[in-house]
Amino acid sequence: MDELAAVAALNDPVRRELYRFVTSKGRPVGRNEAAEAAGVARPLAAFHLDKLVEAGLLEADFARLTEKKGPGSGRPAKVYRRAPGEHVVSVPPRDYRTLALVLAEVVDLLGGDEVAEKAAHRIGARLGAESAAATLAELLAERGYEPYDDDGLLRLRNCPFHVLAQEQPLLVCSMNLSLCRGLLEGRGEPGAPRLDPRPGECCVVFPQENSKTNQS
Amino acid sequence: MHLAQFNVAHMRAPVDDPLLAEFVAALEPVNTLADAAPGFVWRAIANEDDPEETITHEFGDHLLINYSIWASRETLWNFVYRSPHLAVLQRRREWFQRVAEPYTVMWWVEEGEIPSLKEAWNRLTLLREKGPTADAFTFKEFYEPNGARG
Repeated sequence: MDELAAVAALNDPVRRELYRFVTSKGRPVGRNEAAEAAGVARPLAAFHLDKLVEAGLLEADFARLTEKKGPGSGRPAKVYRRAPGEHVVSVPPRDYRTLALVLAEVVDLLGGDEVAEKAAHRIGARLGAESAAATLAELLAERGYEPYDDDGLLRLRNCPFHVLAQEQPLLVCSMNLSLCRGLLEGRGEPGAPRLDPRPGECCVVFPQENSKTNQS
Repeated sequence: MHLAQFNVAHMRAPVDDPLLAEFVAALEPVNTLADAAPGFVWRAIANEDDPEETITHEFGDHLLINYSIWASRETLWNFVYRSPHLAVLQRRREWFQRVAEPYTVMWWVEEGEIPSLKEAWNRLTLLREKGPTADAFTFKEFYEPNGARG
């Protein structure tokens, strides 16, 4: 399926809501739970969830959602999670990714990581100052980080720079940390984001004070 | 097959210099983390009783070496870049000199096999001389056990 078709699969409010719900969980989600969250009947949710799988946006699996085992525990339920891979659509065609990969390679070859971190900090501060977002969490959400509260810490479920971070992890994660520090500074908020990466998530975490001030 | 990794770092001062103090202090927690990490198989240890003691070798002065074996590329990657190890790596310029030549190498070993330190050094030398090959490669230019480019 081409990129445009994958993205076009989200051109339905119910489907979009289901996609948003499943991807916000960071764990496999069952049909009942998704249907409830989207406020639709289970068969309709199941239909749309499977469409999202066909489009390559979600991945389906079977899992037991209860602790019960043996006879009477029923068959495993169908669960959904975000599919790996990304879909980029630009009209007209633009390709910033290839150029970013080239530039990251250049920075690495020149040993220019410290300069790159300073630049990331400056740009982060500018973005932070320009944004109209009411809270840090809102700003991070706008920028695609998918923030969530984790026991008082503000963690980021999605790495907006995933492809680059795979190619040049040390450079890109360090730049991302500087960018996040800049975002906070640009908003005039205190706090010290730090690196605390986990498999499959963004590498930056904001401490309690940033999370707390953003509880709604 | 298991994945062996060997890396060297040129310290900016002798290991007991205050400049290196925070790095040395991070050795025990980071090594403990490695030992408990999914896919960890083995690592070279200088002294069972002193986690801060570094491995002695004949490859040069002020050269810190790190040698370990992992179950797969993914498990090694997750430890190096997706764990608290990354925060230590990010501060490397404070403690280590920038080097132009490759300082880290990987190669596949039979399960249970632990090649000598000399062999590990030879793999790094091979990478430096020939560039990445199926016998000595890197994360960026990775080779599968069957010799195919990863």
